[in-house]
Amino acid sequence: MFGLPTQDEPIPFDELPLDDPLLFDEPAGVVIPDIEWSAIAPNLILMLGGILLLTVVSLVRGRTPSWFSAVWTISTAVFAGVTLVPLWQRVQDDGAESVMAGAIGLDGFSLFVTGVMCLSVVLGALLLEGYLRREGLAGPEWYVLLLLSASGGVTMASANDLIVMFIGLEILSVAVYVMAAMHSKRVSSQEAGLKYFVLGAFSSAFLLYGIAMVYGATGTTNLVGIQQFLSETVLTQNGLLLAGFAFMLVGFGFKVGAVPFHNWTPDVYQGAPSPVVAYMASGVKVAGFAGMIRVFVVTFGPTYGADWRPMVYALAMLSLVVGSFGAIVQTDVKRMLAYSSISHGGFILVAVAANSEAGTAAALFYLLVYTFMIAGSFGIVTIMGRTGDGLHALSDYRGLSKARPGLALLFTVFLLAQAGVPFTGGFLAKFYVINSSVSQGQYVLALIAMSAAVVAAFLYLRIVVAMYFDGNTYRGESATLAGPKVRIPAAAGVALGIAVVGTLWLGILPGQMTSVAGDAVAQLVAIGP
Amino acid sequence: MDLIWLVPALPLLGFLTLLVAGPRMGDPKSGWFATGAVAASFAVAVALFVDLQSMPEYERQVTQTLYTWMPSGSFEVSIGFLLDPLSSIMILFITGIGALIHLYSIGYMKGDPKFSKFFLYLNLFLASMLLLVLGDNLLLTFLGWEGVGVCSYLLISFWHTEPANATAGKKAFVTNRIGDAGFMLGTFLVFVTFGSINYADLRPAATGIAAVTATAIALLFFVGAIGKSAQIPLFTWLPDAMAGPTPVSALIHAATMVTAGVYLITRLNPIMAQAGWANDVIAWTGAVTALVAATIAVAQTDIKKVLAYSTVSQLGYMFMAVGTQTYVAGVFHMITHAFFKALLFLGAGAVIYSMAHEQDMRRYGNLRKYLPVTFVTFFVGWLAIAGVPPLSGFWSKDEILAGVFNYGAAGPALWVVGVLVAILTAFYMTRQLIMVFFGTEQWRGVAPVPAGAVLGASGAGAGDTAPEQEAESPTVQLGEGSDEPTAHDDHTGHGDHHLMPSHEPKEAPWTMLAPLVVLAGMAAIAGLMNLPFSDQFKRLEHWLYPMIVFENPLPEGPTLVGLAAVAIAAAVVGIWFAFFVYVKRRLDPARIELPILAEGWKIDSTYAAVVGGPGEATFQGVADADARIVDGAVNAVGRGSLGLGTLLRKLQTGLVRTYALGVAIGTVALLAFIVTRMNL
Repeated sequence: MFGLPTQDEPIPFDELPLDDPLLFDEPAGVVIPDIEWSAIAPNLILMLGGILLLTVVSLVRGRTPSWFSAVWTISTAVFAGVTLVPLWQRVQDDGAESVMAGAIGLDGFSLFVTGVMCLSVVLGALLLEGYLRREGLAGPEWYVLLLLSASGGVTMASANDLIVMFIGLEILSVAVYVMAAMHSKRVSSQEAGLKYFVLGAFSSAFLLYGIAMVYGATGTTNLVGIQQFLSETVLTQNGLLLAGFAFMLVGFGFKVGAVPFHNWTPDVYQGAPSPVVAYMASGVKVAGFAGMIRVFVVTFGPTYGADWRPMVYALAMLSLVVGSFGAIVQTDVKRMLAYSSISHGGFILVAVAANSEAGTAAALFYLLVYTFMIAGSFGIVTIMGRTGDGLHALSDYRGLSKARPGLALLFTVFLLAQAGVPFTGGFLAKFYVINSSVSQGQYVLALIAMSAAVVAAFLYLRIVVAMYFDGNTYRGESATLAGPKVRIPAAAGVALGIAVVGTLWLGILPGQMTSVAGDAVAQLVAIGP
Repeated sequence: MDLIWLVPALPLLGFLTLLVAGPRMGDPKSGWFATGAVAASFAVAVALFVDLQSMPEYERQVTQTLYTWMPSGSFEVSIGFLLDPLSSIMILFITGIGALIHLYSIGYMKGDPKFSKFFLYLNLFLASMLLLVLGDNLLLTFLGWEGVGVCSYLLISFWHTEPANATAGKKAFVTNRIGDAGFMLGTFLVFVTFGSINYADLRPAATGIAAVTATAIALLFFVGAIGKSAQIPLFTWLPDAMAGPTPVSALIHAATMVTAGVYLITRLNPIMAQAGWANDVIAWTGAVTALVAATIAVAQTDIKKVLAYSTVSQLGYMFMAVGTQTYVAGVFHMITHAFFKALLFLGAGAVIYSMAHEQDMRRYGNLRKYLPVTFVTFFVGWLAIAGVPPLSGFWSKDEILAGVFNYGAAGPALWVVGVLVAILTAFYMTRQLIMVFFGTEQWRGVAPVPAGAVLGASGAGAGDTAPEQEAESPTVQLGEGSDEPTAHDDHTGHGDHHLMPSHEPKEAPWTMLAPLVVLAGMAAIAGLMNLPFSDQFKRLEHWLYPMIVFENPLPEGPTLVGLAAVAIAAAVVGIWFAFFVYVKRRLDPARIELPILAEGWKIDSTYAAVVGGPGEATFQGVADADARIVDGAVNAVGRGSLGLGTLLRKLQTGLVRTYALGVAIGTVALLAFIVTRMNL
């Protein structure tokens, strides 16, 4: 029998395509699924905010004041963040939902990640404001790209379908490729953008290939469908599916800078404009991990955990080791922080490898803390790069404690937090990760993570020592901070303030946020009634 | 009892205030403020002690929980303080001696450009130390443990910012990290075993755990203690730490922080009671450390280094005590040692202060004439540490020796080591006393050029033959090749660094002398805490009794008296022998002060060679590999001076392809794994 069933030819009940909403509701024509606009409000706000900003600044005659775009961006992100509150309440009360014909999941996990993305947009925009003026770079395009990329990240985090997730990833990435290359006065920025783009395209291809393989094995790209299929069917020939795991892991691994897919990180971080790096290190990584957790832990976790966990385990181990040891030998602060972000990535991978709800909660908490402390660190780097964004050698930080004691103190806090010193968020983040890892019996990995933290502490100390000790007076000789005067733009000051308050708040009174992270469960549910 | 939190909070408040207003308060106001904060903390500690004493014996365990810091399912950590007999006595002497040393520092640090910063660190140190002893769980103790480490690191490098001296701080840091790893793993294992890290939960549960687990926990924490309390093999940082200002040496590196390891072992005594042979390891490590450090002290010429090695040696004594489960004696000695060693260090500081910051004992002599108060107090300290009755050192040392003697089969052997150390202690301390305060005035008629090369053969001058260790010892240090860190207490604050022949030593100001007098009084009478004569004199033992699970009993009657006689004899022999060598000159000091001893048995230089050589090479290997694979061309591109054309060429001919190759290799590796998983 060809074509669709008609009224005249009744078909047996068991042949009714009950599970196909398109066929069942309206037999002919293109059907637009129900769109619940409120459920995707944060994402919409970010995207429309970006597009509107571009429109407004194009239409307005003459140039808009330089602060306009920044204020617009921050307001957009804050607005998007505010809409999360009722949605969060709704999810906590009524449970997770699947919206947009099952393409988007509305659950605690996606909302939490959206919140973190908004936060990193706010911090990134605050840092960009003073930076663009200092560097003499005009253009609201930076902010437009920032908002669009965040929208892509949110799409990734809430995708319930592999294709949607891929689209989100591309929206996120393309915007960031451009931003990395947008410092028109620095060759190294263009180099970074190009490098990031070529390698990013390469790894995206892997991801797409992996998605194709998973589709081939399961017959669907919908995560709910995949999960159901895998729990009901025993694959006799699972090579296709497993190869799909491997390829998808390459794609995600590249985005989060996991070793051995990390090579681009030091170069790109070093070359790209510092505020963009602040956003890349926080926002892009958050989105990458969100996607990874959604696919691996939530979708494949219950059935095929044993197959992908060893791979993530290996990536985590390599990232921890290479990140910590690689950082020690660097002399450029941006490269140091790049390696340290690889090592942080390793920590989050430890939580992913735990393949448990506690692991997911630990990863979320880590990502939140990480956003505060990494954006803060790169915020300092932004300021310290001074005009030209070029003064990033360790020796350029000598004597900072004398010239700018406040800045040195803030950087110290961020570095100590990254090292995992108690009463900073970094300590608890690491603690929860290790705790979740141990409760899954991953003792060796937990030990490696702890040792890596100790090694990495050395790196952070090197920077602190450079700031505090190397430039002090000795026998009447005083070494002062070299280079032009350090200026702190007001907006960047606000960003640093937010970052330091967040870092310490999560370290001293973490109770509230850990319970929120614990409630931010990722769930895959079929389309509701 | 509700005021427990005030004890660490007051110094913390001092720290925060000085952080904000320190430079504005300046010299000496910020010093007085810091001293006041610690003194107030001491007052609270006294009140708490009195309060605790009025409670029935078995209720003397008060926990004050401020709030739950880390809620995490079954595992909860609170910010809470535990006041019990052990912690109450710890906070008493920490705040008491701390306040005295703060007061002393007002005089000692006068005119220093970083005056307020010094007190800032000192207050932070005390807050951390009090957190360490008051924390009601292992994690809080660990926080304090790290905090004191950081402050120690900051204060060691306080004056010395050139690489050679920063190395000393760095060495302390790296060495302590090894210990910290032990502490962390121990905490981890405790949590896995007990499901809790609160001290209150450990005690009832400890009897039920397997001996293997207890041994493992004990050894891990002992690794932590080794690092913090400078025991073999991690003791080399402490002598180098003498680069810090002398009050720091007295407070941190003699009286408080370095005893944290002893505190920790005592605190964990319920686990130690199950730990079997781990206790033997502790006792023997202590014994060997005590002996090795005492032999090294014999040949030192720097006034502070003698005291530093002496501290290492006395800490070894304390570990001998806790290892043989003679906890009361260990704590007793910890307290008396805090008094007399702080006294000796501060006395040494007063001498250094009076002698234009010269620290070489070979350039002192006959100072009793010029510094009567310092001399008398130092003399008291000398009697105490040498173990002359009835001063405090005798009682605590005697109790340790008696306890050790009674410890199973190994007891007598340990005891022999202990007696040897006692003889050596009396010997090197007498040597120091003679070289500093007696004999001829060595700085007269000597030009301020390298010491040792020009000293005459008269009087107590040992310098003509003693090796010039600074010049001879290898110069490789942990981490990087640099000069041996000098322990010299010189800094920019006091202008004159050269001891001129015409120098007339003058007594230090009263702020420095008053603490000396008080400490001398305490060093003399602290023995009253725990006298062995009859049960009612054993106050400390009764006080600590409720929190100690198993205490190795001291021998009875005649044995005890006999052992005490041997201890007195050891002190007398040591003193007499030093007199014989350094006053009567019957024996050439060079026969005793062997170069190998002056160089600390070459332990430090061996470490430096091993860690600095292969260790450095490993890091360099990582660096090189990284440079070749990752860094290469980017560094060449440098700061963006090359044209885009060159860049693109570079990108296309090598780099990105290399990176992509990395991705590809990773993919292949993952796929290779997948193949092993497939069921085709």
